[in-house]
Amino acid sequence: MLMINLAGLLLIALIIWWFWLYKPEVVVIDTSKVDNNEFVITVENGTYSPSRIKIAANKPMSIQFMRKDPSPCAEAVLIPALQISESLPLNKLKTIQLPAMDAGEYDFHCQMNMIQGKITVS
Amino acid sequence: MPVYELLIDGASCGSCVKKIETAIQQVEGVEKAEMNFAQRTVSVSTTSNSDALILAVEKAGYNATLSQAENEEQALSEKEAADWVYYKKLMQDMILALSLGVPLMLYGLITGEMSVNSSQEQIVWFVVGVLTLLVMVFSGRHFYVGAWQSFKNHSANMDTLIALGTGTAWLYSMVVVFAPEAIPEMARHVYFEATAMIIGLINLGLAMELKARGRTSDAIKRLIGLQPKTARVVRDGQEIDIDIDQVVLNDIVRVRPGEKISVDGIVTEGHTAIDESMLTGEPMPVEKTEGANVAAGTINKTGSILFKATRVGKNTSLAHIIRMVKQAQNSKPPIGRLADVISAYFVPVIMIIAVVSAMVWLNFGPHPAIAYALVTATTVLIIACPCALGLATPMSVMVGIGKSAEAGVLIRNGEALQTASQITAMVLDKTGTITLGAPKLTDILVTDIMAAKGFTEATILQLAATLESGSEHPLAMAIMETANEKGIEAGTAHSFKAIAGHGVQAEVDGKTLLFGNEKLMRSNKIDLDDFVEQAQQLAAEAKTPMYLSIDNQLAAIIAVADPIKDDSIAAIKRLQDNGMRVIMLTGDNRATAKAVADKVGITEFFAEVLPEEKSAKVQELQAQGEIVGMTGDGINDAPALAIANVGFAIGTGTDVAIESSDITLMRGSLHGLADAIAISKATLRNIKQNLFGAFIYNAAGVPIAAGVLFPVFGLLLNPVIAGAAMAFSSVTVVTNANRLRFFKAEEH
Repeated sequence: MLMINLAGLLLIALIIWWFWLYKPEVVVIDTSKVDNNEFVITVENGTYSPSRIKIAANKPMSIQFMRKDPSPCAEAVLIPALQISESLPLNKLKTIQLPAMDAGEYDFHCQMNMIQGKITVS
Repeated sequence: MPVYELLIDGASCGSCVKKIETAIQQVEGVEKAEMNFAQRTVSVSTTSNSDALILAVEKAGYNATLSQAENEEQALSEKEAADWVYYKKLMQDMILALSLGVPLMLYGLITGEMSVNSSQEQIVWFVVGVLTLLVMVFSGRHFYVGAWQSFKNHSANMDTLIALGTGTAWLYSMVVVFAPEAIPEMARHVYFEATAMIIGLINLGLAMELKARGRTSDAIKRLIGLQPKTARVVRDGQEIDIDIDQVVLNDIVRVRPGEKISVDGIVTEGHTAIDESMLTGEPMPVEKTEGANVAAGTINKTGSILFKATRVGKNTSLAHIIRMVKQAQNSKPPIGRLADVISAYFVPVIMIIAVVSAMVWLNFGPHPAIAYALVTATTVLIIACPCALGLATPMSVMVGIGKSAEAGVLIRNGEALQTASQITAMVLDKTGTITLGAPKLTDILVTDIMAAKGFTEATILQLAATLESGSEHPLAMAIMETANEKGIEAGTAHSFKAIAGHGVQAEVDGKTLLFGNEKLMRSNKIDLDDFVEQAQQLAAEAKTPMYLSIDNQLAAIIAVADPIKDDSIAAIKRLQDNGMRVIMLTGDNRATAKAVADKVGITEFFAEVLPEEKSAKVQELQAQGEIVGMTGDGINDAPALAIANVGFAIGTGTDVAIESSDITLMRGSLHGLADAIAISKATLRNIKQNLFGAFIYNAAGVPIAAGVLFPVFGLLLNPVIAGAAMAFSSVTVVTNANRLRFFKAEEH
């Protein structure tokens, strides 16, 4: 029983570490190398890919979303701090213009907040 | 100059950009062509039509189509087609999964025998296990792929829970099949039916949710459907039918009775009545003659007209409205933030609860503890529904904002919607909001002496028109308008003299005329005694009396007033009946302000307020703790609208500037304001019901699934029941949001 209980506690610790404490890799967008200052985030299988991006502060840029996930949850993307809410057509690029932003972290997510991503501005 | 946006197909490298731009620039009439390679679009400023541009691109070896910016209808039908494909896929997945799950479940219910106790049973259940695996691969693939992708991204969603729940049930069952001896005899139960049933039921739930979601966008579909596909334009003296996207600025467009207006424009010929209800909510057709504006999507009722196109493509009022409504429908009011915070942590928390539940059962549960631990952990994972929480707010916002648009109320975003439902004090600007904003001549009272001399209302009006014909003062314009309506022509005045702040003096037909306010009369020692009572009466009726004297003898009073809109009284009462404090602001003098306020039933008003002081008044109310709505014309009142908690711009028909406020009322009636408040309240109520339902569902469902009722009632939830509850909890939320579609503002 002790082993089972230890395994259970270990599993809980793993859940906490994997989903909350671990800091996943951030994709840094080098705007000088991206065509027309644009960058594509794919929405597929209930995830944004990449889900964490880092961009330069005080510089407007465009990001594009390519939605390949047909589920209705993936239909819209919201960036609440920027008051951006856009519908994403299936299998088509959708450009979203980001204003020049102050340094900080900006969440983006689907309508139900099940698919989540983060823009780090620095 | 019109700007077309073309979508380019076949451009695979950077060098294509130059080739395509050059090809387009060679088309006659093209001023500028710029390609966005990343988006594969070209933006072209040209006087030529889009066909010529598409042809030029095709000749250069690529394919081009007109961008979707003007083609909302196509985007919508593409979305519906994609949804339909997804719906069919979900239904197929559901049928496959249930065709295994239902017979298995029935077998279990009838025989009560789902355990592995012999080598034959091992073989049979192994085959069933493989069939279940096939169901998982074919019908549930999207859950497992989604869960894995999320896991790799260090996030978790509904797929994670379903994948874990069904996966655990299947794995345990396979262990029972392969190594029954490793499991206590009482616990050698297989759960293949649970896996198949849950996959089937959740696919069914998703399909039903998709269908119900389709209905939430009915309003936007109706708006998009208003856009006609063709227009009849006059080119080279000929009337020809062309595609709507070929209409360019300054085209002369013919519209016959019963047809839709194709683009925004100004009537150049003809007279008609136009039904604008679909955009403004105004039920009565609006008369239009030369010089009047017409808007795309409205219906020409009676006459045939020609109009000049002033806004085409994505610049029409209709296109603006569609864009704004679509954006607003996706936005979220603050009330949804708590659900957002919860849903961000929800899935890992549920996973932890499942593990804790399993540990408790293993440690303290009855025999066979392992079976109980498995069932409760699986049920906890399956019953938890982050989707119901996530859907609660956006679905209601989608329907509520769409419903508002149908009533001619454009809500900028979810935050405005929520705040509008909480307004405690509504500030109304008088001119143009409560009143029509266009003064009109209301009374002409001729003195008995002058009447005896043969002066009539008509002759007095003619004299007044003669004196005021050169003036642009609103009161003078009111006099001229009435004179024009009655076919009275102004005469000639001599020795004309304007006396600032008083009025005018002039000679007409050898007589000295004075026309102005009481001060002008008093300073010229003209006896007003005969009319004192009438003048007071007029002021009490919110009318501005002006006096006319002929050769130093009072001849008449001409009263001018800005009439109160027909339905202002009833609409203000609706606001007050909702418990709202209604306050009027005006630059007018106190007497007129009081008269108007009394007439419309407002007890609180601020008179003689300069335009720049309006925002200070709003702030004063906010300092008193009020949540303040400010309603004005959106132009003069812009600072006050911006500072208020919610700014309402009230328009007159389709001309209103829809960018200038939180909420735009497309029709001039204050009932639009009361409707906006009513719809926002109904939407917030709906959101609260949804959130409450979703919270309660999860808060009650998860502990029950974990087995809290078992020690007292011996009750344990079956994982299949949990799957059904989870699937239908989201459908319930969407269905409840859809109830808002039947919302009707109070009859008026």
